[in-house]
Amino acid sequence: MTLSKTLLATTALTVAGGAVAAQEMADSMTLVSWGGAYQSSQQQAYVEPYIENNPEVSATWDESSNEAVAKLRAMNEAGNITWDLVDVVASDAIRLCDEGLAMEVDHDELLAPGEAEDGSEVDPSDDFGDLIVSDCYIPQIVYSTTFGYRTDMVPEGADAPDEICDVWDLETYPGKRALEKRPINNMEWALLCDGVAKDEIYDVLATDEGQDQALAKLDEIKDDVIWWSAGADTPQLLADGEVFMGSTYNGRLYSVIEEQDQPVGMMWDAQVFDLDGWIIPEGLPEDRLARVKDFVRFATDTQRLADQAEYISYGPARETSAPLVPEDMKQHMPTDPENSENTFLYNYEFWADYRDDIDAKFQSWLAQ
Amino acid sequence: MSDATSDPNKIEAPTPDDPLAQAKALDNVDDRGRMLAADGTPLKRQLAKSLRIQKIRALALIAPLLLFVLLTFIAPIADMLFRSVENEIVSETLPRTVEALADWDYDSGESPGDEVYAALYDDLFLAQERKEHTRLGTRLNYELTGVSSLFRRSGRGVDDIGELYQDQFEDLNELWEEERTWAELMGSDEWLAAQEAWDEESGEPLPDFQLREGMPTLLPETSRQMLTFAEFIRTEDNESPLEEEPWTRVWAALYTDLTNKDVSGYSGPHTDLLQEASAAVGDFETTPIKQAFLDMDEDWGDPEVWGTIQAFSPDYTSGYFLNAVDMQKTPDGAAMRDEDERIYGLLFKRTMFMSLVITFSCILLGYPVAYLLATLPMRSANLLMILVLLPFWTSLLVRTSAWKVMLQSQGVINDVLVWLGLVGDANRLVMINNQFGTIVAMTHILLPFMILPMYSVMSTIPPSYVRAAKSLGATNVTAFRRVYFPQSVPGIGAGSILVFILSIGYYITPEIVGGTTGTFISNRIAYHISSSLNWGLAAALGTILLAVVLILYWAYDKIVGIDNVKLGG
Amino acid sequence: MATPNVVITETRTMPYGFTCGVVAAAGAFFGLFVGTAQGSGLVGIVLGAAICAGLAYLAMAYLGTAQERAFKWGVVALFALAGLLIGGVPGLVVGALFGWFLGWFIYWVGRCRYRMALPPYLTGGQVLWHYSFRVICGAIFVFLITPILVVMPLSFNAENFFTFTPEMLSFDPEGYSLRHYRNFFQSNEWQSALRNSLIIAPIATLLAVSFGTLAAIGLSQPHVPGRQVIMAILISPMIVPLIISAAGMYFFYSRIGLQGTYLGVILAHAALGIPFVIITVTATLVGFDRSLTRASANLGANPVTTFFKVQMPLILPGVISGGLFAFITSFDEVVIVLFVGSANQQTLPWQMFTGLREQISPTILAVATILVGISICLLTTVEILRRRSEKMRGMSPG
Repeated sequence: MTLSKTLLATTALTVAGGAVAAQEMADSMTLVSWGGAYQSSQQQAYVEPYIENNPEVSATWDESSNEAVAKLRAMNEAGNITWDLVDVVASDAIRLCDEGLAMEVDHDELLAPGEAEDGSEVDPSDDFGDLIVSDCYIPQIVYSTTFGYRTDMVPEGADAPDEICDVWDLETYPGKRALEKRPINNMEWALLCDGVAKDEIYDVLATDEGQDQALAKLDEIKDDVIWWSAGADTPQLLADGEVFMGSTYNGRLYSVIEEQDQPVGMMWDAQVFDLDGWIIPEGLPEDRLARVKDFVRFATDTQRLADQAEYISYGPARETSAPLVPEDMKQHMPTDPENSENTFLYNYEFWADYRDDIDAKFQSWLAQ
Repeated sequence: MSDATSDPNKIEAPTPDDPLAQAKALDNVDDRGRMLAADGTPLKRQLAKSLRIQKIRALALIAPLLLFVLLTFIAPIADMLFRSVENEIVSETLPRTVEALADWDYDSGESPGDEVYAALYDDLFLAQERKEHTRLGTRLNYELTGVSSLFRRSGRGVDDIGELYQDQFEDLNELWEEERTWAELMGSDEWLAAQEAWDEESGEPLPDFQLREGMPTLLPETSRQMLTFAEFIRTEDNESPLEEEPWTRVWAALYTDLTNKDVSGYSGPHTDLLQEASAAVGDFETTPIKQAFLDMDEDWGDPEVWGTIQAFSPDYTSGYFLNAVDMQKTPDGAAMRDEDERIYGLLFKRTMFMSLVITFSCILLGYPVAYLLATLPMRSANLLMILVLLPFWTSLLVRTSAWKVMLQSQGVINDVLVWLGLVGDANRLVMINNQFGTIVAMTHILLPFMILPMYSVMSTIPPSYVRAAKSLGATNVTAFRRVYFPQSVPGIGAGSILVFILSIGYYITPEIVGGTTGTFISNRIAYHISSSLNWGLAAALGTILLAVVLILYWAYDKIVGIDNVKLGG
Repeated sequence: MATPNVVITETRTMPYGFTCGVVAAAGAFFGLFVGTAQGSGLVGIVLGAAICAGLAYLAMAYLGTAQERAFKWGVVALFALAGLLIGGVPGLVVGALFGWFLGWFIYWVGRCRYRMALPPYLTGGQVLWHYSFRVICGAIFVFLITPILVVMPLSFNAENFFTFTPEMLSFDPEGYSLRHYRNFFQSNEWQSALRNSLIIAPIATLLAVSFGTLAAIGLSQPHVPGRQVIMAILISPMIVPLIISAAGMYFFYSRIGLQGTYLGVILAHAALGIPFVIITVTATLVGFDRSLTRASANLGANPVTTFFKVQMPLILPGVISGGLFAFITSFDEVVIVLFVGSANQQTLPWQMFTGLREQISPTILAVATILVGISICLLTTVEILRRRSEKMRGMSPG
């Protein structure tokens, strides 16, 4: 063990010195992401700068992150991996790593060290810290699932909604709600508003009674919910005035508010943090792997991650990137102290176990 | 072009109903009274030959397409449906456990014996090295909640079992800490020499690991594990046992062997080391294998877990099909799922019901239009036909989103109704994200599929029939009911089955406008393919759906005849 | 198809009571909407009926056919003005349209023109039914076409959402823009999607048509062993639910290395198009006179010549229409390409689908409008060609 530690340290040092071994590198990359504003933030923050530095490289986007696990599994069965770098949420990364579909990486060796404000270097594993939830995962951003509401539909005399239970308060805030068509997050919010303490939620949710309790709570608003399944749904529903409030990713709400100028406000209470990042598929040929490693090293350094925050309101996963985020974007970050007074962290382990079971219950509840 | 048609000689042979040939043949009757063809052979044989040629020619024309469809379409479908019963993952990942578990009786209510846990240790260790244990966990989690994390945790904990012994061996003598020690102890001299000589730069494959002579009898368990280990790192990582510390599983095996076997007869490299260890193992701290697993996770003592593994150990399972009909394969046999987890029965019924409603609305709306098109002069009919074909040619996605724009509560229809004052601004109609939305949008999308076959049948009905009926005194209604309508029934049949078959397999439109009450079974299949990754269940649901469609197709073929389908023109 | 012998019925002036009554009823119907929109439905009904009845009387009793044109323009102007006063620019358009309709309707009813195209022996009830039936059919056509028409103005939306903005409804030029069209023509993604669609669909169609036509000819021979089974297999791509086909092809093509290749998508789309070719071509062949091929063979043509010179021209309409179906199947297909294709094979429908899921933008509607425009052109061209060829063959159209 000690031997490997020292080995690691030396490689980290050589790499830190900028000596990347010259290797045959492929000239094209297929990057997989989510499309939309998020993908274009990636394109602007690091794909374009990278191609500027390496004009021989071309990058193709595949907007398949939604089906990444299924497609990677099929590619693996076939032994023909066509993707080079895949952007997935943390729970999918854990699944992919579990199934051996994603490559385990040594973060300290692969990634560039962080540049702290005082000029010192920080080990990537310290810089990303707890956000490295899997050995295969290279986190990029922290995003949150939270609520947006129509400011012009807040009834007269009522305050703007500012806590999660306002979602259930149909009397004060009449109008439809948009919730995601899956149990994750909704069940937690329901229990929270049904009086379950925050740190007991997953214990309660693990029992049949707890699941019934959450569904019973959701029953109260079931008739007023429009269920969404694609990221673009809630912004559209809010823009159309179809719903009063709805859950979605905070970056989507940011673009509705700031870029589309819609009368929409954010409600940060009980936002659920989640991560988004890269995985490298297992079984890439040498030359493609070399190219991808080179790209990832560039794309996840301190400056690049901070640059991304200029285009979209997601928090960079590196600690050292945080001070570089433009001032006017900070207030839109889910990690901003003002916004993160009451937050949740997606419980990966719990949902890996209970996902199928609770989902069956949830779907049959929905269908009734 | 196939051979049969490109051979010009074939077609010049007289065909059976060629009047010229028949006339000639009539003049030629042989002495046994058989008719002869023009060339003097018996007519019967000639006819049979010509029939055979016709058959071959027809088949030769069809063959390329048939082959094409079989390869590009039928084979994939069959391959996919096969997944609904395939279940090799359990017996492939845990081969020894499955074997050991065969004798265990679930009804005893007790966890299995030590030999099963020993087998599990073997299997699980290898599986976690191959990263297959979590995949199996995911598979079994479909049947029993919690198995997924049980396997993931155990995969992490399974190293601890052997580490206990490894630490004690290493404390005993520092030599054990060196990778070479193991290689020299277990490997044959020839292998050692070959391995020493091997040069990584040369690009030659690593030499096969060979056990030292006598080892399999001296340390049987250790030999087996060492062999597995060496083989694995050679093929998977391209590394040599000379430079790799053996797996903790090998250490545990060594402990077992040393406690059971007498090694005093051994005289090879590291004899002293082995003798020393053999003397010391008696005092080693040890945990029985079963206890070790229970320490790792108490669920390993749960008969339910073992029952599930046992129930799913055969290579083929009915489990997915049971799930697809809201049942469950439990260790006790098939049982209904909990009331609040039943969903597929409901979805199948709903899919059927909504498809019927959609088919019926299409008949209702399509019949008058088809009638109008069939009775109008050709010039105007063709102009109106453009109105039918235009939606047909417009992207499905666009039409679906158009209906979203039309039907939503701030949508066009509601806006117009509010503007006209028919509906209050506060009481806008809910027309989307429910069954109504799906039915309207799908009726619109499938209507051309109803109109076109109806139209092609109706345009063949001579108008003189109805006029004749009327001139014989029938009223308009009677003439329509008794004369026109019966003749148009094949068109209705053709359109209905087409629309029904298309609608029960629909996926995109219900997904976008269906909300929760307007979704179909296809949406669930898509969910299992791309989100939950329960491909077996998706295949089972698909098989059932396909069976329904095939029955309908068969009925259709019996009632209407597949040749009678026409798509316009 | 020939219509029943048309006997031109003399146009005559209907009793004023009948004309005024019918026109008043129509007026009351529209008055109801205008009335409720303005506050009182009852007033609307009464006023609408009264105004329309008055106009009808004026036209029938005093103006007659001589000043028909002047009267119609007057009515259009009148209602356009009224509409402008009540509802601004949209009101002007609606009012003018209604005025045009009313002018036509008064003379149509009052001068008994509605009987002109009908056999003279029909009873009143039958005439009424005739026109009610047309109105019903008209309503169904409206149902068919409205969603497509609604999409078009939205594609000129200046906003980034699928909604009619207040600016659009008040016909403010600010509310309209061509940005989504610009986006379509300038964006690499849309252009490469268009390119992919234009590569994949024609090749898939060609495959489906050539294999399909051959097989259809084979199937229409009198003695084909196992015809039912073969037919069922060939038709199956149409009846197997798409999601099952997609999943099956996805797994299978992955295994043989076709997933994510042009060839894979083309083969899959060709398979989907085959049933349409088979169905349309066999349908044409049912009416095919076999003695023609025999005559051709008799005259010394070999089968290849016979096929191209005799059979092909006669079944060509079926082949073309089958080809069109196969083409549109591929061109509009999204489920299969999502599974079988990869980033390099993104087609237009794929691009639209991800657009709808991930980033709603009216660019999709702009694309749709362009495609609808193209389809209209295509359909009209086909129709014009058909009429010309009929004329050339000396057949009277209709």
